[in-house]
Amino acid sequence: MDTFKIADKTFTSRLIVGTGKYSSPSVMVKAHEASGAEIITVAVRRVNISDRTKESLLDFIDTAKYFLLPNTAGCYTADEAVRTARLGREAGLSNWVKLEVIGDEKTLFPDNEALLDATRALVREGFVVLPYTSDDPIVCRKLEDAGAAAIMPLGAPIGSGLGIQNVNNLRIIREFARVPLIVDAGVGTASDASLAMELGADGVLMNTAIACAQDPVAMAEAMKLAVRAGRLAHLAGRIPRKMYANASSPVEGLVGR
Amino acid sequence: MQITLNGDRREIAGPLATMTVAELLAQLEIDGRRVAVELNLVVLKRDAFGSTFVREGDSVEIVNFVGGGEENFKLRTEN
Repeated sequence: MDTFKIADKTFTSRLIVGTGKYSSPSVMVKAHEASGAEIITVAVRRVNISDRTKESLLDFIDTAKYFLLPNTAGCYTADEAVRTARLGREAGLSNWVKLEVIGDEKTLFPDNEALLDATRALVREGFVVLPYTSDDPIVCRKLEDAGAAAIMPLGAPIGSGLGIQNVNNLRIIREFARVPLIVDAGVGTASDASLAMELGADGVLMNTAIACAQDPVAMAEAMKLAVRAGRLAHLAGRIPRKMYANASSPVEGLVGR
Repeated sequence: MQITLNGDRREIAGPLATMTVAELLAQLEIDGRRVAVELNLVVLKRDAFGSTFVREGDSVEIVNFVGGGEENFKLRTEN
């Protein structure tokens, strides 16, 4: 069994999915089901005090079946992220956090300096920290040294669907990472997820690519298969790239020669 | 009494200085099992809701899980 371990938890699925941007809760539920994911990320937000009629996200998610991973999406400082992580821990059932400290509204790129500060602070408080980071090998190494339970470099900007922009950086990160490497953000379609896994990522995290697809449920299944295919290809070991052809059929015994 | 609730000043009906967080949640019709509460920047353990008092001028944040999500949202750091 090809399992996947983060901190003290073992998972079978290497696909982690989000809960944002779905057209309806029922589509989200079906997409989660089709994705085969075991870990689902959720955001922490103020309760709407004036309108209590809205249903809660937790009305739709079977927490006995899925492991909820609160995120700190939308936080722009280490302090905000730490506060949000603490709130997420109390609202949920675990001390895990998908740590995001955003540096810029347009790119949603991480503020790596603040991210490192928040990672150190939360590790000290006993959190299992999964930081969303740039695809910078040095930053990833520092996060690992700071006690991150996994490193989650972006493939491309959040929600951009551009696919993996810096394949070589991911290769370098893969080479030295001792904690799980999860490509987080930037996936647009199934082949992007496969590529991440072929490069040796331990998992892929995505939201928009599924939630905003024309058919989110079908895309969720495509992503499940793509992650599995990429993982198998990685384990199988690909052939080297060559400049010229190398015939697959025997060159002897051809008719008419 | 007046408190700051999720960033907004708000008048809360109830006995002065003797309202617990659990009572505040009940008054707001919020299920305490599904939320986290921060009182003056300190996150409360859920089992402390019934024994922690809300006082005049306190800043209370009540949050829950939503679909996420990279909206442009900020917890306000100023009081």
